[in-house]
Amino acid sequence: MGFFSEFIKGLWQENPVFRIVLGICPTLAVSTQLSNGLGMGLAATFVLLGSNVFISLIRNVIPDKIRIPAFIVVISTFVTVVDLFMAAYTPALHERLGIFIPLIVVNCIILGRAEAFASKSTVWMSIADALGMGGGFTLALTLISSIRELLGNGTLLGIHVLPAAYSPAVIMILPPGAFLTIGILLGLFNYLSNRKSP
Amino acid sequence: MENLLVILFSAILVNNFVLARFLGLCPFLGVSRELKSSLSMGAAVIFVMTLASVSTWFIQYYLLIPYKVEFLQTIVFILVIAALVQFVEMVIQKVSPVLQKALGIYLPLITTNCAVLGVCILNIREDYSLLETIVHGAGGGIGFTVAILIMAGIRERLSLGRVPKCMQGFPISFITACLMALSFFCFQGFFAH
Repeated sequence: MGFFSEFIKGLWQENPVFRIVLGICPTLAVSTQLSNGLGMGLAATFVLLGSNVFISLIRNVIPDKIRIPAFIVVISTFVTVVDLFMAAYTPALHERLGIFIPLIVVNCIILGRAEAFASKSTVWMSIADALGMGGGFTLALTLISSIRELLGNGTLLGIHVLPAAYSPAVIMILPPGAFLTIGILLGLFNYLSNRKSP
Repeated sequence: MENLLVILFSAILVNNFVLARFLGLCPFLGVSRELKSSLSMGAAVIFVMTLASVSTWFIQYYLLIPYKVEFLQTIVFILVIAALVQFVEMVIQKVSPVLQKALGIYLPLITTNCAVLGVCILNIREDYSLLETIVHGAGGGIGFTVAILIMAGIRERLSLGRVPKCMQGFPISFITACLMALSFFCFQGFFAH
């Protein structure tokens, strides 16, 4: 497979959130508004890129038995980098994402890609995989958080989009709204892909 | 005492780890097919969350802060949890084959359960004392168990019902979780005054 097809695969065909249903916790927790969703997506993409490249570089050095702890150390190092970086440059976003920044460590997508892809592939391919999967995660977060912010608050990125007469459905930005949004989206995507390949 | 009760009940009901804080969703959706296995998973989570809360509390206040390396929190905590889970697994294997049989395969899964790391970080962020930490850890685990048990009960019934093809599996589970979150939401404001 070429660089490009590895990249595209993560965006839709193997989209981590919608197709494989991984990394649900941060997806639902931070998607109350679009800016949070985008920030989380980009932070996770950065960690994924860093850990994929690094793990791919040292893949022949790590003994097989302790590979999982080794992966976790690499991942948590990059998470610490992101955590400190965001605390310094985007303090407001850092505050809103709260404990979900350190919790990127236990995001199954990142450990999953390290185990399933980066530990067996070249650096170049791992970069493609990380960008694709990270992009797919960001895409999913963007979609869910746009829907929730639009319906729950009538705004997008804080700008009023819907007419003033629209009364916001506050339930959408509360926890139940998150479950509802992803449930309906997953059902919709299942329906669409079933119809395409009967 | 009153303070401890508030922490316990808000961890179980008001800020339920699964339904309000979105922590530990993977096992919540993955292991909730049968009541029996969910109960084992819940027991394992209560056990590990309490132990992890206590040990990370000691590490934070007697190791990280005195040596001024608080920024290593994430790395150290996840390693401690991973080691702890391994250790607990070995001890249980030696001491109690019955418990081993019940918890068995669920213990390794817990390392990547974000509820465990989440509760440890929350304990530190909320400045809890040791006693409060223990109560919060156990309460969080109980909250997880309550949620997963309800979910398993509903899903056992649901498997008999006629669900549209595109909604089978994850989608209908999310809708169920939505309704559960809605009902748990009513506990909000319970301890406000």
